[in-house]
Amino acid sequence: MEQQPLLKVTNLKTHFFTDDGVVPAVDGVSFTVNVGETLAIVGESGSGKSVTSTSILRLVPSPPGRIIDGSIIFEDTDLLGKTEDEMQRIRGDRISMIFQEPMTSLNPVHRVGEQIAEAYRLHRGMDKHEAMQRAVRMLERVGIPSPEKRAGDFPHQLSGGMRQRVMIAIALSCRPALLIADEPTTALDVTIQAQILDLMRKLQEESRTSILLITHDLGVVAEMADRVIVMYAGKVVEEGDVAAIFKNPLHPYTRGLLGSIPRLDWRRRTILPSIEGVVPNPLEFPTGCRFNPRCPDAGAKCRESEPALKEMTGSQKVACWLMERGC
Amino acid sequence: MSGALLEVKDVKKHFPIKRGLMSKNAGCIKAVDGVSFSVHKGETLGLVGESGCGKSTTGRLVLRLLEPTSGEVLFEDKNIYRLSFNQMRQLRRDMQIIFQDPYASLNPRLTVEDIIIEPLVIHGIGDSHSRRQRVKEMLDLVGLSSYHGSRYPHEFSGGQRQRIGIARALALNPKLIVCDEPVSALDVSIQSQVLNLLMQLQDMLKLTYIFIAHGLNVVKHVSDRVGVMYLGKIVEIADSEELYRNAMHPYSQALLSAVPVPDPEIKRERIILTGDVPSPANPPTGCRFHTRCPQCMDICRLEEPALRPVSDKYMVACHKYQ
Ligand SMILES: Nc1ncnc2c1ncn2[C@@H]1O[C@H](COP(=O)(O)OP(=O)(O)OP(=O)(O)O)[C@@H](O)[C@H]1O
Ligand SMILES: Nc1ncnc2c1ncn2[C@@H]1O[C@H](COP(=O)(O)OP(=O)(O)OP(=O)(O)O)[C@@H](O)[C@H]1O
Ligand SMILES: [Mg+2]
Ligand SMILES: [Mg+2]
Repeated sequence: MEQQPLLKVTNLKTHFFTDDGVVPAVDGVSFTVNVGETLAIVGESGSGKSVTSTSILRLVPSPPGRIIDGSIIFEDTDLLGKTEDEMQRIRGDRISMIFQEPMTSLNPVHRVGEQIAEAYRLHRGMDKHEAMQRAVRMLERVGIPSPEKRAGDFPHQLSGGMRQRVMIAIALSCRPALLIADEPTTALDVTIQAQILDLMRKLQEESRTSILLITHDLGVVAEMADRVIVMYAGKVVEEGDVAAIFKNPLHPYTRGLLGSIPRLDWRRRTILPSIEGVVPNPLEFPTGCRFNPRCPDAGAKCRESEPALKEMTGSQKVACWLMERGC
Repeated sequence: MSGALLEVKDVKKHFPIKRGLMSKNAGCIKAVDGVSFSVHKGETLGLVGESGCGKSTTGRLVLRLLEPTSGEVLFEDKNIYRLSFNQMRQLRRDMQIIFQDPYASLNPRLTVEDIIIEPLVIHGIGDSHSRRQRVKEMLDLVGLSSYHGSRYPHEFSGGQRQRIGIARALALNPKLIVCDEPVSALDVSIQSQVLNLLMQLQDMLKLTYIFIAHGLNVVKHVSDRVGVMYLGKIVEIADSEELYRNAMHPYSQALLSAVPVPDPEIKRERIILTGDVPSPANPPTGCRFHTRCPQCMDICRLEEPALRPVSDKYMVACHKYQ
């Protein structure tokens, strides 16, 4: 299958200049999202997944945050060169986003139908009546029963699963080329999560939207993603096709992460593999490889200098000195 | 004597719905609506089910942190709801709880040492020297050093804070611990550290756990038996491996099939339930699951199925099997 890049992030650096020091939240991240594919970002809490996505949308709170380096090429132009006006036209139209907690991103005082209609009025210049008709149709598409009636509801009148459907309806209303979904199902129960993931897959098939999916749930990754990048302490440590990453993880962090989820077919009460130690403090990341204090195999070189992301077999890339020696 | 450490008999908790100051009879939320189970010494009973089905409320009722609407809880054959305030205080030493949120459940103004000592002080156990000794032992037990004792909760990572919560719960040498989502707020790589610790401590100290969690894989891994809850009721309770291999209740089947499998090569047939969980203020008649059940029969709309044994240690509440 021919792969056509839609989004190309190169050497992105987003740092936070806080009173306590500089937090290099995203520190030289590069990746590509191709047309129609789902790229998942996984990694520890605080590894920079959300900041990567807010950087793409240029929604990093500033101060204290600033994008200090890199480029974000989307549909052949650099988003970092755009004005705020231009970005506003892109957000919710060509690129849209759904978050973990729909209650914080839906406006509590507006009816949900109006909130979807707003996107059509803003980006498509439709009048009130036409926009509302489209909104109701969109609610129907995301599987909300009696959509005409529900369009008149306020967010608090809906269940968590329905609110997330409304978020998806808003996000997909203008048929974006790229959907950024940051932990879209983390706050939901598994049976509702299954509904929402099913919906996202169906809508993606219909519209060939690319999805940048951020999640800490490796089960969700396995089910949804075509490719995966693994982040640790502001860096991409591994990248590859989903099958390759799960079958043959190369980075010790990826191996530890995959090893530490209890599988249903494991004998109960056996000791689980785990990654020892704690997540590093972003104000003082370790020198060398940032994973080295927790790495079971770290050597002198790992403590001294930082490994770059290098191509290994096929599509798989890894940033690890141990792998380089092996090759 | 039943041999069980804990026996829960038809416990209910209905929360009145308050609508304004004057209005009465606004109805009630049937958070727990007739739950029965027993837990044996040294075993782990897992409780799973969707948000709002009554897991935490059940955990609190078992420890009498909430007063029940009706029902009995027997701890070592004594009905704890009949105990006086002082008797209950004595009993609290034997029953502890570990919460989900290691951030919110520790007093930020106390040092770790004071946090762990607090229950000893409340129960008037030991003198200041022996208490300090106990803190050292507890920190050691959960893999922290005594150097950590003089620090404050905000100086610790999530996993470390959960260890502090565990140390505090263990200080009184309890028999039963209710673990309410003990790893849900932690990173995957830290979760397994804490789970391993809980399992090791259980073996070492002969602890009995009620283990509540969203993560079905996690619950299966640590539990001997598992109860599945739906809208304030237990719909199925059985040996964990048997239940996960061969769930009988249509709700348990759907719940288990919805768990994403962390293996891209496995494509599983999935039961996708339609609709949302009904409100516990107004649960459906008959079987509470009938509105979403893919296998609903006529009788399910009319009659509530009782939780009945289908084999030796397997209980299910479904008309299909009755
Ligand atoms: N407004 C801010 N000011 C200062 N630091 C920030 C700010 N926002 C994020 N950070 C820091 O940037 C780093 C990356 O945060 P980010 O939210 O991207 O993590 P994440 O990978 O999304 O984690 P999670 O899985 O918990 O959502 C963290 O160390 C965080 O503390
Ligand atoms: N103090 C209270 N007053 C009124 N209603 C309550 C109270 N505590 C719990 N409830 C309600 O009782 C029901 C059961 O709540 P509970 O916290 O036991 O659920 P849970 O299974 O632990 O859910 P979760 O997985 O979200 O923690 C819910 O509908 C909840 O809103
Ligand atoms: Mg995030
Ligand atoms: Mg709960």
